[in-house]
Amino acid sequence: MTETGITRRIIACLDVTDGRVVKGVQFVDLIDAGDPAELAHRHAASGADEIVLLDITATSDARPTLIDVVRRTARTLFVPFTVGGGVRTLDDASAIFDAGADKISINSAAIKSPELITQIANRFGSQAVIVAIDAKRRTEMQGRRDDAVRAEVYLAGGRTPTGLDAIAWAREAESRGAGEILLTSMDCDGTRNGFDCALTAAVATAVNIPVIASGGAGSGDHFVEVFKAGRADAALAASIFHFGIHDVRELKAQLQRAGIPVRLPC
Amino acid sequence: MITLIDYQAGNLTSVRKAFSYLGAETEVTDDPEAVRRASALVLPGVGHFSATQRLAISGVRDAVQESVASGTPFLGICVGMQWLFAGSSEAEGVAGLGLFAGGCERFHTTLKVPHVGWNQLRRSAGGAQARLLEGISDGSFVYFTHSYRAPVVEGVSAVTTYDETFAAAVERENLFGVQFHPEKSGESGLRILRNFCAIAEGSHA
Repeated sequence: MTETGITRRIIACLDVTDGRVVKGVQFVDLIDAGDPAELAHRHAASGADEIVLLDITATSDARPTLIDVVRRTARTLFVPFTVGGGVRTLDDASAIFDAGADKISINSAAIKSPELITQIANRFGSQAVIVAIDAKRRTEMQGRRDDAVRAEVYLAGGRTPTGLDAIAWAREAESRGAGEILLTSMDCDGTRNGFDCALTAAVATAVNIPVIASGGAGSGDHFVEVFKAGRADAALAASIFHFGIHDVRELKAQLQRAGIPVRLPC
Repeated sequence: MITLIDYQAGNLTSVRKAFSYLGAETEVTDDPEAVRRASALVLPGVGHFSATQRLAISGVRDAVQESVASGTPFLGICVGMQWLFAGSSEAEGVAGLGLFAGGCERFHTTLKVPHVGWNQLRRSAGGAQARLLEGISDGSFVYFTHSYRAPVVEGVSAVTTYDETFAAAVERENLFGVQFHPEKSGESGLRILRNFCAIAEGSHA
């Protein structure tokens, strides 16, 4: 046990559209590799500390499908379970909690109506509210004499810049009742070249709530870096568990060898 | 039958489905009479200590006191465990049941608060015989999410350290409490809930 006690978390993310996992993670003996419930359980069994299910379905008429998927996934999942995507109102959130989610991740809706953060936190507790921030470095501002990290918040989906500064927005989300920040580096996402450690560290030290780093995981070394240099409290990845790291337990063993406290055995 | 007390503090679904998974029947109630009739009580709870005020207003608090005095097994989770203490600095003036000594306070630390994530249980010397923790080895990981913590006093069966060492589990006769979330703590958590089901069945018989 370390002096602080707490371990760094590895979070497996499932991107779901129309009730099916896309960017499928390939466990060899899965009956249905696209079934979120089955994949969530496999990740939990292989040592993931939490599961995040992100609904990337564009249309709102798929909501009943999502609720059904959440209910099926939650039924026998006994690690923390976060659901995000398309939550616009307190009622949306309530339906997802009723279906068995422990936390809700909100992104665009929190930017458009920040009071939603407070509403969900007041009803379900801050521990149940994750504000997801998609951030892109502002290159025109890099290289100035002060070397502060600057990044701009984009609406979910990443096409629309908001003009918000990522660090300022993270602070505001915290003050409005967010329990955690899920920070995705749009510059790194999909590259498999590593997390944006400087940005993660800037946000992680600016707020007093846990920061989950996302975007860019390509190897075990990247996780070591984001927990050390990036000062992340947790790291999330999806496709990495397809490319290269087949078992969360194996990743955790590497982290432990690097001196990072993890839940092991798990 | 496990009776889950609803006091509008967060979400009962996770706790309920964990008991269902273990084969236990559950009911959810905010009715004092149902609490008096219950053969086993669970008070879950996430969020603010002030929510426990509703228990006093609705009469559930009195019903719980009668039930636990008559030997009904009671499990408090998170804020539900804190409620077994005198109170919490999170909500001054809102009394807990005072069944364990001392009050809950915010973490005094420069670390991030809330304390969120998986941390380890250390069985305390007096907790070796704890029925709720049967089969849980020293060093087991469980999932926490809280900003206030209960003191290490008589009746504490396991502790956890997050800069400070605090009460992770309490137990005395038919009274049980856990600061962490057994319904979110994988196999260790399920074992603890299974132990509570066994205790509930034993007391019923």
